[in-house]
Amino acid sequence: MVDTPKPEELIENIDHTPPEEPWEDTPPDLSPGNFCYPTKKKNLEYLGLPTPTTDEWSPSDEEWPIPENWQQIIHEGFKDLLGKYRSLRIFMDTCVRCGACADKCHFFIGTGDPKNMPVLRAELLRSVYRNDFTRVGKILKKIGGARPLTKQVLKEWFSYFYQCTECRRCSVFCPYGIDTAEVTMMARELLTLLGLNINWILEPAANCFRTGNHLGIQPHAFKEMIEFFCDDIEEITGKKIEPTFNRKGAEILFITPSGDVFADPGTYSMMGYIMLFEHIGLDYTLSTYASEGGNFGLFTSSEMMKRLNAKMYAEARRLGVKWILGGECGHMWRVINQYMDTMNGPADFGEVPVNPITGTRFDNAASTRMVHITEFTADLLRHNKLKLDPSRNDMYTVTYHDSCNPARAMGLFDEPRVVLNAVCNNFYEMPESTIREQTFCCGSGSGLNTEEIMDLRLKGGLPRANAVRYVHEKFGANMLSCVCAIDRAALPPLMSYWVPGVDVCGVHELVGNALVMEGEIERTTNLRFEPLTEEAEVEADV
Amino acid sequence: MYDKGKIVAGLVIFFIILAFPFWYNLGQSSPAPELELTDKAKQAEKCVEDTALMTREHMQLLHEWRDSVARDGNRIYVSENGDEHVISLSDTCMDCHSNKADFCDRCHNYVSADPYCWDCHTFPEENN
Amino acid sequence: MNAAYLYSLIAVVLLGLISYAGVAVAGLEGFFGIFIPYAALVLFVAGFANRIVTWGKTPVPFRIPTTSGQQKSVPWIKHDRLDNPSNTVGVIGRMALEILLFRSLFKNSRVGFSDVGGYRKIYYKWVVWLWLFALLFHYAFLVTVVRHLRFFTEPVPFFVGMLETVDGMMQVGAPGVYLSGVVLFGMAMLLLLRRIVLPKVKYISIAADYFPLLLIIGIAVTGILMRYFVKVDVGAVKELTMGLATLQPSIPEGGISALFYVHLFFVSLLLAYIPFSKLMHMGGVFLSPTRNLANNSRAVRHVNSWNYPVKTHTYEEYEDDFREKMKEAGLPVEKE
Repeated sequence: MVDTPKPEELIENIDHTPPEEPWEDTPPDLSPGNFCYPTKKKNLEYLGLPTPTTDEWSPSDEEWPIPENWQQIIHEGFKDLLGKYRSLRIFMDTCVRCGACADKCHFFIGTGDPKNMPVLRAELLRSVYRNDFTRVGKILKKIGGARPLTKQVLKEWFSYFYQCTECRRCSVFCPYGIDTAEVTMMARELLTLLGLNINWILEPAANCFRTGNHLGIQPHAFKEMIEFFCDDIEEITGKKIEPTFNRKGAEILFITPSGDVFADPGTYSMMGYIMLFEHIGLDYTLSTYASEGGNFGLFTSSEMMKRLNAKMYAEARRLGVKWILGGECGHMWRVINQYMDTMNGPADFGEVPVNPITGTRFDNAASTRMVHITEFTADLLRHNKLKLDPSRNDMYTVTYHDSCNPARAMGLFDEPRVVLNAVCNNFYEMPESTIREQTFCCGSGSGLNTEEIMDLRLKGGLPRANAVRYVHEKFGANMLSCVCAIDRAALPPLMSYWVPGVDVCGVHELVGNALVMEGEIERTTNLRFEPLTEEAEVEADV
Repeated sequence: MYDKGKIVAGLVIFFIILAFPFWYNLGQSSPAPELELTDKAKQAEKCVEDTALMTREHMQLLHEWRDSVARDGNRIYVSENGDEHVISLSDTCMDCHSNKADFCDRCHNYVSADPYCWDCHTFPEENN
Repeated sequence: MNAAYLYSLIAVVLLGLISYAGVAVAGLEGFFGIFIPYAALVLFVAGFANRIVTWGKTPVPFRIPTTSGQQKSVPWIKHDRLDNPSNTVGVIGRMALEILLFRSLFKNSRVGFSDVGGYRKIYYKWVVWLWLFALLFHYAFLVTVVRHLRFFTEPVPFFVGMLETVDGMMQVGAPGVYLSGVVLFGMAMLLLLRRIVLPKVKYISIAADYFPLLLIIGIAVTGILMRYFVKVDVGAVKELTMGLATLQPSIPEGGISALFYVHLFFVSLLLAYIPFSKLMHMGGVFLSPTRNLANNSRAVRHVNSWNYPVKTHTYEEYEDDFREKMKEAGLPVEKE
C-alpha cells in the first residue's frame, strides 16, 4: 500500500495492448504484492487437507514445497474432476476463443494483464487438459495448443486462479456459457491437492469449522456482540430488544454472515435486521453454532463447501425450526441457491417457508426451506406491514451494487430494489452495463479480500468504482448499498481510493433507519449515530 | 441429472437428419441421365465448341451470347476453330437440340438447375 | 502466436496440393473420391457420438445456471422467464434463442477509455460485429450445406429447390450467384482477419483457431471457383456424389476436374476434424450447464449422483469445545 500510485496515475497507466511475447512463455509475476499469502500449515492440518512439504514458504520462492510426484497428483485429480463435472468437460472442449469474454473481466479491465482475460485464464488449465487428456493434444503437442504441466504452469495457476473472484460476469457473454468461476473452482481444488491454498481463505474456513464462523467468534462473544448492538438500538430508539440464541422451538432460524456481527458497516445491517424482526414480532432465534452465512469452502473445494454448509441444516433440525431466513451475503447465497439442498439436503425439518406476518408462501424455496432477507422484507412491504419514514435516509443519495453471486447465481435483482425504493427517497441506478446481470465485482470476492494484494484489488474494483463515480458526479450519490458482507468489507477502501465521499451500507441498515417502531422515541441520529437533521448535517460537512 | 434420454434422442435425431441422403435415396441408383441427340445433332457431330467444353460451360456461353446480342447487337459468334455461327437460342441451338425435354431438361433436372432461358424464349414444338 | 496461422495456412495449402496432385498426377480418383469421403463420414459419426456420449455420461452434480434476469420469487415481482428460467419451458426458450440467434454474443460490448474532462474514465460500448459475422457465417454455412443436397438426392426435394431460388435471388452472371456462398466466404475471411488484426484476439488465437477457418475458406474458394470460374461437369459430379449417397460408389467416366477433388477433400477433412476439435461447440452448446438448467434448485431438489458423506463438525463436538463458556453466557446447552 505504501507505493500505491495516485488513482489518476493508476488509471492512466492501464494498457490493454497485449505484449509481443506469447502468453505460453511469459512467467507469472510472483513478486511480493502480487500474490496472496499461502495458507498456514495449521489451518490445512486442522481441516485434514494436504500440506506443503515445508512449514513456511512464499510463492516468490524459486522452488515450491510440493511432493516429488506432484504432476501425478494433479493429473489424477484432474481426471477425477473430469469424471465428476460435465461443466468442466464442456468448458474444456467447446471454447472457440472468440474473445467475447476478453474485456468483460474486471481484473483484465483494471490490470490489462492478458492472462486476466477469462479465455486465457481458462486456457491455463485447458492447455494442460489438451496435453494430458486429448488425442489431438498428445499428437500435435505445442501446435495443438497443448502444454505439459511444468512448475511454471503450476505457478501460473496459483497466480491467476487467485486473481479470479468467481464473479461469473464472463459467463453472461460467452456464447457457450463457459463460466470461468467453475474453471477457477476446479483449478483451486487441484492446487489444494498440493497444499497450495491461500491463508485468507483457509483461515476463515478453519475458524468456521471450529467455532461456527469465519472470524472465530466463540459463542459467548457472539452473544455479547449482538447484545452490544441492542444497547445501541436502545440508545437510538429507546426500545429494548432481547434476541434469543440457540432457542429450540423458534419458528425461524436467522443466519447471516459473521461480518455483520463483527465489522462496520455490516454491523448496522445487523441492527437493521434485529429491529425489523422486533417490529413485526417475528418468532426467530440466532445460532452461535451456525453463526456464519458465508462459506469459504466454496473457494476451496466442493467437499469443503459441503462440510461447512452442513451446519445450517443440522442446526435447523436440532432447534426444530420451520425454516431458515438468510441475511445479506453474496457467495453465501450462491451456496444456498445452487448447492445446499443438493449437498446437504433434503431438508429434513420444518415445512415450506411461510411468512408468518403476511401468510405468503415462498414456493421458490419449497425444497431448501431458506428465504433471502430481501425477499422477506419485500413481501412485508408489499403487504404494508412496515411503518416507514424514508426521510430519515435523506442524508443519503443511494445507489445499489448488485453483488455478483446473488445477481448471476440467483437472479436477485428486484427484491432489494423494492426495499430500497421504499426506505429511501433518493435512489439512482448506475449505468446499465454495470448493474444487474452485468454487474461488476468489488474486486475482492472469492477470498481475495486480503491486504497484501491491495493494489490488485483496487485495480480489479476499478470498473465498479468507475460506475459509482458516474452516479456520484451526476446525482451526488454518496451511499453505495449492497447485499453482501464481502462488499461491505471491500468497497469502503475501494471507494476511499477511487471515489472519496461515497460510503457503503447494507440494504437493511437503511431499513433500520427508516423503520418506525412501535413505542420508539423521537430519533435524532441514524444507526451510525450521525445526526438526522439537515442543519446538523451541513455543520458536519463543513 | 444426466438427461441421458434427451441426449441420446438428440444425437439420434441429428444422425437421422445427417443420414437424409442415405435413406431418401434408399434402394435406387441414380446414374447420370443419358442425353438424347436428335438426328440433326448426331449428324453435326460437334456443337459450336467441343462437347466437353459445351457440357461444362454452355451456360456461360449462352449468357455471353445474350449480352452480345442485347447490348452490342452482335449476332455472330466465332468459335475456337474459326467457324461462324448465328447467335440465337431458338434458331441455332434449338435447331439441332429441338428435343428440350430429352436433352436440356434431363440434365437440368438431374442437377437441379433452373435456367431462366425460357422465362423469355419460347421453345419450338417438340418433334419427336 | 504469430506462427499459429502460418502453420495452419501451410497445412491447408499442402493438403490442397496433395489432393490436387493425387488426382491430376497420380490418378487417385478412387482414393480421394470414394475412400476419403466414406472414411471421413465414419470418423465424424464415431467421433461425434463418442464425444457426446462421454459428455452425457459425465454427471451434472449441481444446478449452476448463469442467471441473467430476475428470479422467480414472489408472484408480484416480474419473473424473467427466458434469462432466468424456472422450468423446462423457459429453458427451451433460452436455449432456442441461444442456439438460433446467439443471444449471449448479441450482448457483446467493448471497453474503452475516455479522456474527456481530464480524469480518465471507462466506458462500455455495445458492439454488434462479432455477433453479426458469426450469425451470418453460421447461417450461410447451413444454407450452403442444405443447398448441396441437390448433389445427394434424386429427385431433388422441393425444399432444396425453394432454398436455391431464395438464395439465388441476385441474378448476376450465369449461373446465378448464390448469396450464401459469397457470405460464407466473406464472413470466414472477416473472422480470420479479426484474428490476425485485433491484438487481443490475435494474442489468444492458436493454430486450432486458424486451421478450421482456413479450411472453410478453402472449401468456399474451391466451390466458388467451380461454380463461376473454372467450371466442372456438374452432371458428372452428381453422378459421383449420388454413387456415394446410394452406397454404389463409382468414378464417372470422362473424369472431373481435380479442383473438385480438392473441394471434396477439404470437406472430408472438415467433417473428420469436427469431433476432435473446438468445432464440437456445435454439440457442446446444447449441453452447457450454465445455460440448459432451470434456476429452481431452491424449489426442487437437484440430486448429485456422487454426493458422499463428509466429515463435519457436529453440534455435539462444538458444545464439547465451548460448554463452560456457553453456560456462563447463559446460552442453552444440550448436556449439563
